[in-house]
Amino acid sequence: MEVLKIATAGSVDDGKSTLIGRILYDTKSLTTDKLEAIEKTSKQKGYDYLDFSLATDGLVAEREQGITIDVAHIYFSTRKKSYIIADTPGHVEYTRNMVTGASTSQASIILIDARKGVIEQTNRHFFINNLLRIKDVVVTINKMDLVDYSEDVYNKIKADFSELMSKRDYQDQKITFIPVSALKGDNVVNRSENMPWYKGESLLEHLEGLDKKDIYNVGTPRFPVQYVIRPKTEDFHDFRGYAGKVYGGELSVGDNILVLPSKTRSKIKDIYFYDEKYQTASRRSSVTITLENDINVSRGDMIVKEGDLPTIDKQFTANICWMDSTPLEAGSKYMLQHGVNKVLARVEKINHKINPDYSGIEKNVQGLGVNDIASVTFKFNKPLFFDQFKNHRTNGSFILIDTQNNHTVGAGFIQ
Amino acid sequence: MSLKVKSLKVKSHKSETIHDEKNKIMKKDTSKINSLENEAIYIIREVAAQFEKPVLLFSGGKDSITLVRLAVKAFYPAKVPFPLMHIDTGHNFPETIEFRDRLVKELGLELIVRNVQDSIDAGKVKEESGRYASRNQLQTTTLLDAIEEFKFDACIGGARRDEEKARAKERIFSVRDDFGQWDEKNQRPELFDMLNGQINLGQNVRVFPISNWTELDVWSYIEQENIEIPSIYFAHKRKVFLRDGMIWSAEDEVVYRDDNEEVIEEMVRFRTVGDMSCTAAVLSEASTISKVVEEIRDSTISERGARIDDKRSEAAMEKRKQQGYF
Repeated sequence: MEVLKIATAGSVDDGKSTLIGRILYDTKSLTTDKLEAIEKTSKQKGYDYLDFSLATDGLVAEREQGITIDVAHIYFSTRKKSYIIADTPGHVEYTRNMVTGASTSQASIILIDARKGVIEQTNRHFFINNLLRIKDVVVTINKMDLVDYSEDVYNKIKADFSELMSKRDYQDQKITFIPVSALKGDNVVNRSENMPWYKGESLLEHLEGLDKKDIYNVGTPRFPVQYVIRPKTEDFHDFRGYAGKVYGGELSVGDNILVLPSKTRSKIKDIYFYDEKYQTASRRSSVTITLENDINVSRGDMIVKEGDLPTIDKQFTANICWMDSTPLEAGSKYMLQHGVNKVLARVEKINHKINPDYSGIEKNVQGLGVNDIASVTFKFNKPLFFDQFKNHRTNGSFILIDTQNNHTVGAGFIQ
Repeated sequence: MSLKVKSLKVKSHKSETIHDEKNKIMKKDTSKINSLENEAIYIIREVAAQFEKPVLLFSGGKDSITLVRLAVKAFYPAKVPFPLMHIDTGHNFPETIEFRDRLVKELGLELIVRNVQDSIDAGKVKEESGRYASRNQLQTTTLLDAIEEFKFDACIGGARRDEEKARAKERIFSVRDDFGQWDEKNQRPELFDMLNGQINLGQNVRVFPISNWTELDVWSYIEQENIEIPSIYFAHKRKVFLRDGMIWSAEDEVVYRDDNEEVIEEMVRFRTVGDMSCTAAVLSEASTISKVVEEIRDSTISERGARIDDKRSEAAMEKRKQQGYF
């Protein structure tokens, strides 16, 4: 079964939880006991409609405040696909949650309140989708029932949003506009009869139609070695397998490869998934590879195809999203985790801050606060093997870890 | 009772080329492998690589049996490089215990068992009494003591985000403090595939490799892999009684029953298997794995709808997690 992970972004009260609740309801994914709980609570609160947001707002604090404050994952499936929705909050302080949710998503839904149109928050939501290079973005114009299902309102918002699109640096992104009413169910799962002027697909129809090529960029294969498998049993006395996940492209038996950082040459002998051998390891599969030569390979090394080398260097410049209340400053040291590799990294220079609403950059920055996005140059104590984020979503990204408390304090996209 | 006996080592989903060694290798690529399986194997390998003393928490339920299968696949042809640990409430279904012992023996795994009864005897926890008495909550103390005893730094568990709304926010690597507690407001963000397993002394990490699986995904996987599971998951005749709209086993003394609660015989199966005292049965005719998969697909009741421990209050799960519950 194909799995599609979708990030959602909307401002407070744009009706994001209601939209998700509606999808669950119309795809019959809400079970009787959940539905009963929603009916009961809606009644207690004196609502005259079902409050679907109760299906997704998980934590007690959220139910009390009525807002979503962390990334929640919601699951549903159709006969065609399994869906995971990362429900990420749209409140201004929570850029980090949006970046987090979007980092593992292949598609994204941006919500706009039809009565409010494109607001500052929308710029931020779109900026993050752009920064993370989400390939398929659906701009969902919600609450159409409250603007009399007006085509003019829809067209105005579409035009305003298109202006934003001209500012983005990732032009391959596919953007689709859909007018919906999450509360009433128009164009969410079923097409609306209230908007005969809209000829496009419903939101779910659009998602159902997304193909692998619509959501993944093709890159070069990278195989970071996660774990060395040495059974040392009688049957597998000399077995030396390299376990890991294949990113970006595929690797096949017989491929000429290099092991980084030593650049030792070898050939792929066998590809295992459990006890079966395969000719080709497809992207994102967790396989075990054996090599023709008996060479020394350990965790953190990377197997790449000969002639397809990443950059090998002890420094890079990256756009980072800072996620911690303690500021990042020039000279600070962090543990930098790049895939399965960890190095000690020093901040050489904060080049500039990037306003996440397309309003430009700020130079002469002293430190970065939580939710700041900036271009930063790092130096490390040993070389990393990396690609630019725009060419390789996995091998072009990293996280920063505080060396004192071990928290994940930042995420980076290599330039 | 219908006992489904299948060898634990048997595999299914063989392609037609399986007996033809040359064809098999020439034709196949790994693109058909379930992406959830790839993800879980990646996570389990990260645990083995990043931690010094990991353990797999094994309850005998379908989710932890699935985890064992994934761990076996992750390290083949080497053995699983960490032990299994069962926190035994003493109120487990006998079928589960019998199954557990056979599984570890067949797969050659190491099993550690720690008993809630010992925590009760030591006066660390107090047995609940009354109609809804359960040892489910008491497990937490025994678990935390065992983590301390063995100095485990990572505990792999079979919790899934779709089970319950507080679990929907759980991380894959979820850091617990010295007291084993979960601070839901101070969770580490998890980006891309990168799992940050750095911890301070005294902390440990709960790891959930099947976070992104749904109940249906687990059942489909059990069917696909032909994994043996305890017989109580399949429809069988059982003496039961009704309370609060749920079906309780009347065959086991640990389930409290009032004298006026009438015992009837029904065809039932268990959809989730926890402690006997907090696990209700569902009416079912599903006697094979494929019928169970069909039943789950068409079901309109959520899995934990049959868990009385979640019904105590709307925030029941969240509160237990903060206290260190699994």
